[in-house]
Amino acid sequence: MNLNWRRIKGLAFKEFQDFKRNRFIVLTMTILPIAFVIAPLISIFTVKATVLPHQVQVRIGITMLYMLLIPAIVPTALAAYSVIGERDQGTLEPILITPISREEFLIGKALAAIVPAVAVAYFVFGAFLLLAFIFASHPIENVIFSGPRLLIQFVYTPLIAGWSVWAGIGISSRTRDVRVAQQLSTFASLPPLLLVVLFATNAITPTVKYSIYFAIILIVINLAGWKFVSKLFNREDLITGKAHS
Amino acid sequence: MTEITLDRKTSGEELAVKVENLSKTFGSRTAFKDLTFNVAYGEIFGFLGPNGAGKTTTVRTLSTLLKPTSGKATVAGIELNESNSISIRSVISVMSETPGLYNRLTVYENLKCFCELYMLKDPKTKIEKSLFAVNLWDRKDDLCGSLSKGLKQRVGLARALLNEPKVLFLDEPSSGLDPIAALEVHELIKELQKQGVTIFLTTHRLEEAEKLCDRVAILNTTLKLIGKTEDMQAQMFSKTVQLKTLHPLKDEGLIFKEIQGILEWTKEQDLYTLQVSDPNEVIPNLVKKLVSANEDLISIGEVHHSLQDIYLETVKESGE
Repeated sequence: MNLNWRRIKGLAFKEFQDFKRNRFIVLTMTILPIAFVIAPLISIFTVKATVLPHQVQVRIGITMLYMLLIPAIVPTALAAYSVIGERDQGTLEPILITPISREEFLIGKALAAIVPAVAVAYFVFGAFLLLAFIFASHPIENVIFSGPRLLIQFVYTPLIAGWSVWAGIGISSRTRDVRVAQQLSTFASLPPLLLVVLFATNAITPTVKYSIYFAIILIVINLAGWKFVSKLFNREDLITGKAHS
Repeated sequence: MTEITLDRKTSGEELAVKVENLSKTFGSRTAFKDLTFNVAYGEIFGFLGPNGAGKTTTVRTLSTLLKPTSGKATVAGIELNESNSISIRSVISVMSETPGLYNRLTVYENLKCFCELYMLKDPKTKIEKSLFAVNLWDRKDDLCGSLSKGLKQRVGLARALLNEPKVLFLDEPSSGLDPIAALEVHELIKELQKQGVTIFLTTHRLEEAEKLCDRVAILNTTLKLIGKTEDMQAQMFSKTVQLKTLHPLKDEGLIFKEIQGILEWTKEQDLYTLQVSDPNEVIPNLVKKLVSANEDLISIGEVHHSLQDIYLETVKESGE
């Protein structure tokens, strides 16, 4: 598989320019993360001194889970639009007539959705860490800044975003309507979060070892998603509408 | 299928498009069947046919978007198959009926994206050249969503020119355009031909095809007719002269019988339609005869059959 990065970057850059001027996408990218950061902050700053350490762990775990909803949900809005959006505005055929390969097209589209989603997620998490560092009580700060929790947050963010993007592009390749694609993509983005729920609820104690095991599972899920979406993406079916019937 | 002519342009070895027994079916539905034709470099080739005849599917197949069910083809000298699809797409361009532009991007940004996809060297110069060619350089910073349909069509054409295609497929390029915008597109097409671009034009506008195309093919699932318009006219229709007089002729049988070259004639009030062997010989003799017979002649002339007549005749024959 020969990938040409100039074509991939060209497509991804075009997507960024398009997103920037799409009011719906700009609103989704700003309002959703704000909503996801407010609830965790309230949850943390209302922890009383009498709360047991185990309960602190669970509360912070759930707070972190909220943070991971950003890379799960935000890119679905972009990915769900990626194929059906092109088709709706009549730009799919002109783009498929260029020498871009299926893999380059999918990677360009995926990057355009993953990069802003991960950037927003990291930014929000960074802001959260900063506020926790300044305002949170010492026991809470210790739990937030524990190695495995930070590892989960930093490593799982792009992996969860990756899954959401593949699910979104796959659904976008097979649906007739952008809104339906977005709704289905949101649902499809949630399953990998089940792994994180196990950590959040302390069903599994977050350790470096378990974090790495689960990261490997997420990588495998991402690769499977990529392979599956590549199979779904068929120029002929997309052009004739068979893919959307 | 009737091959009217194989003109000089298509008899050479180098062909822009060569199609042999090409067919495409979708399940039980046949889009087109057993197509065989050639297009020479530098030619404007018109591809005509009623709705659903398979014109757009043919273009999509030749541009590698659809896989043919059977048959062979070469496009710009490259064999049409899956492994060559990227090579073919690098040297052709397609402009469809709706130009498909990113409305939230400017004209320049739209073209820049395609320069990257075609991996063009010096994209700035390429964009400048294309926009000047369609007379849109001064609108380069306008959002495509703010342009009229005619201007969008021109941007689509500029985009199709970016990679300096060896073969340019134009699918209904003037569809929905007002007469002035359509005329501008026609002038652009002629200009492109002068620059050596091979153009494969599908259109419903028969006058457009007649005006622009060196040769035309009429498709209705299978290829019905192919050749130069004037050769088709000569082959399909006998030479006809129409004569109009102020009053019906007193003894038309006698007049027409005395003039050599009139094969048969019909009368409709004071309008006479004559099938003749050579209009240039018959018309002067007929005028002399009518004047000498004191008949009041209003008009006389050869009837020219248009591409529309050829098209209607062909499509009617094929059962449409």
